[in-house]
Amino acid sequence: MTDLIHPGLIFILGALPIPLLSGAIRKAYLLLIPALAILAVLAMQPGSYGEMQFIGQEVLIAKVDKLSIVFATVFTIMALIGTVYALHLPHAGQHVAAFVYVGSALGVVFAGDYLTLYLFWEGMAFASAYLVFAQGSRQAVAAGFRYLMVHITGGVALLGGVVLHGLATGSLLFGPIEGGMGVGAYLILAGFLLNAAVPPLNAWLTDAYPEATVTGAVFMSAFTTKTAVYVLARAFPGTELLVWLGTAMALYGVIYAVLENDCRRLLAYHIISQVGYMVAGVGIGTEMAVNGAVSHAFAHILYKALLFMGAGAVIYVTGRRKLTELGGLYRTMPLTVVLYMVGAVAISAFPFFSGFVTKSMVVAAAGQDHRALVVLALTMASSGTFLSIGLKLAYHMFFGTDRRLEAREPPRNMLVAMGMAAVLCIAIGVLPQPLYALLPHPVDFEPYTGVHVTESLGVLMFTALGFVMLLRALDPHNTISIDTDWFYRKGARYFMWLAEKPLARYEKAVSDVSETAALPFLHGAARAGLSIDLTGVDAVVNGVARSILRGGAALRRLQTGVVTHYVLAMIVGVIAAVAVFAVAWR
Amino acid sequence: MIKRVVDFFGDEEYARQRRRLFYLVLALIVVADFLVSREHAEYLWDRLPGWSAVYGFGSCVLLIFVSKFLGHQGGLMRREDYYD
Repeated sequence: MTDLIHPGLIFILGALPIPLLSGAIRKAYLLLIPALAILAVLAMQPGSYGEMQFIGQEVLIAKVDKLSIVFATVFTIMALIGTVYALHLPHAGQHVAAFVYVGSALGVVFAGDYLTLYLFWEGMAFASAYLVFAQGSRQAVAAGFRYLMVHITGGVALLGGVVLHGLATGSLLFGPIEGGMGVGAYLILAGFLLNAAVPPLNAWLTDAYPEATVTGAVFMSAFTTKTAVYVLARAFPGTELLVWLGTAMALYGVIYAVLENDCRRLLAYHIISQVGYMVAGVGIGTEMAVNGAVSHAFAHILYKALLFMGAGAVIYVTGRRKLTELGGLYRTMPLTVVLYMVGAVAISAFPFFSGFVTKSMVVAAAGQDHRALVVLALTMASSGTFLSIGLKLAYHMFFGTDRRLEAREPPRNMLVAMGMAAVLCIAIGVLPQPLYALLPHPVDFEPYTGVHVTESLGVLMFTALGFVMLLRALDPHNTISIDTDWFYRKGARYFMWLAEKPLARYEKAVSDVSETAALPFLHGAARAGLSIDLTGVDAVVNGVARSILRGGAALRRLQTGVVTHYVLAMIVGVIAAVAVFAVAWR
Repeated sequence: MIKRVVDFFGDEEYARQRRRLFYLVLALIVVADFLVSREHAEYLWDRLPGWSAVYGFGSCVLLIFVSKFLGHQGGLMRREDYYD
C-alpha cells in the first residue's frame, strides 16, 4: 500500500455527518468511524506522506514510523472504547467534539513538521474544551475558560519556539532537537511540558478534567497528556531535565491525591503521577527507557480510561462526586466495582495486569542507568498510587460508610466499554509480547522474574497494611487543595486589585497634576495665542485687504467705457512693446 | 458469583475472614521474598529479602504524613468556597 489513509482525517471528516444522523443509524455510524481508523492504522506502512510547500516552508502532513504507529494504535482503540461509553448521549455535540479531539491528537502523532503539529495541537485544545463546556454548570464553564486560556498560552509559547527554532535551523521538520538548546528549543519544550501537565504547569488538568462531562473526561484522560509524551519522546529524548521533572511529578501527583475529596480530581492527580514515569523515561533516553515510557503510555491510556469510566458511572448514577458523600455502593453496583478494581490494580502494577509489564520497564531502565534515587522515588510513587486509587478511592466510593444511596448499575453501553478496557488491561499484563513488538526499539526485558513479582507484591500489600492502620487519618474532608492554578485564580485577583487600587490611584494623581498645573498653562497659552491672532495677524491681514480694495477702486476709475480711450491705450501699449523689444533685443 | 466476591470484601460479617486472609497473604509474600533467587542484584536493597515490604509500608506512612502535613500545616487544604 503506497497511499496513506490518515486516521486523523477519518475522525475529523467523519465527525461532520454526526448531527444529521439519529437513533440506531447514528450509533452504528459512531462505532464505524473508530473501527475504520483502527483498520487504517493496522494497514499503515512506515514512510513520509503529503510533502508539499507552504509559504516557502517544507510541510510534511504525515511521517509514519514505529513510534507514531504505537501511539496511533492505542489512540484509535481508546476512541472506540470511549465512543461505546458515550453511545447513550442524546446530543451530537459531544460526539463531534470528541471525534475532532481524537482526530487532532492523531494529527499531532503523525505530524512531520511543526506547522502541521501546531495546527492539530490547537485543534485538540479547542475540541477538548468543548467537553468541559458541555457539562453546562457555572463551575464547568469557568473551568473551561481557564483550560482554554492556559492552553492558548501554551500554544503561543510553542508557536514562538517553532518560529525561533525554524529561523535558527532553517527547517521546520519535526524531529529530535539537535545541537544546543536555544531559546526556541526551550519555548517548544515549555509548550510540550504544559500539555504533559508537568508541575508547575499542571493545574489546568486537575482543574478542568473533574468538571468535564462524565463521558468527556474519559476522552480527555487519554489524549492530551499522552500526545505530549509522544512529542517529548520524538523531540527531547535523553534531556536530563526531564528525568528530574518526571520523578518529581510522579510524587507530586501522589501527595496531592492523598488530600483530594473529589473522585475524578483524585484520578486526575494520578494522571500527573503516571505521566511522571513517562517523562522520566523519555528523559533517561536509553532504548529501554523510551520503550518503557511508550509502553506505559499505552497501558496508562487504557487503565486510566477504565478508572475514569468507573468514577463516571458512579457520578452518572448517583449525581455525587465527593468522597464525603459517597460510600456503600458495592451492594448495588458490584459489576462497576469489579471493573473499577481491574483498572485500580492495573495502575498499581500488580502482576498479571498491564501496569506491571510497563511501569517496571521504566523503573528497570532507571536502575540500569544507575539512577538509584529515581528508582526509589518511582517505587515510592507506585506505593502511593495503590494507596490512593486501589485503597482510598475504592474504599470511600464503594465500601466505607454506607450512605444508603439509591443506585443501580450504569447503562449497558458503559459497562461494555469498561469491560473492553478491563480485558485489554489483563491481556497486556498476561501477554505483554504483542505490545512489546509494537515498541520503537527491540525489547530485551522480562517482567516476570520471581524477585520482581515478590518485590512488587511486597511494596503493594504492605502499603495496604499501612492503609489499614492509618484508615482514620485518611478520611476525606470537605476541602479543596491549592495548586498552581492559585496564581491565575487568586493571584489574578490580586493583580486586578493592583490594577484597580494603586494603578488607578496613580492614574488619578497624574490626571490631577495635569488639571492643576498643565491645564491652566495650556489655557493661558491658548489665550495668548488668540490675542496675538486677533491683534497681530488679523491686523496685518486686514491692512493688506484694505490696500487691495483701495487699489481696485483706483483701477476702476481708468475704465471709462469709451472705445477710443481703449484703442489709444492699445496703441500706447504696442508702441511700448516695440520699444521694449527694440531696446531689449539689441 | 461476582456479587458474592464483592460482598465478601464489603459485608461486615466477613470482617474476621478478610483480616485473616490479609495477614496470610502478607506472610506468604515475605516468605516468598526470602525464597526467590537474587542473582542480578544491582543495589544494596536488592540483596535484602523483605526490603520491599519495609519500603512499601514506609512509603505509605511517609506519603500520608507528608501529604497531611502539607495539607493541614502548610495551608494547602482550604474551604470549598475558597475561590468563590
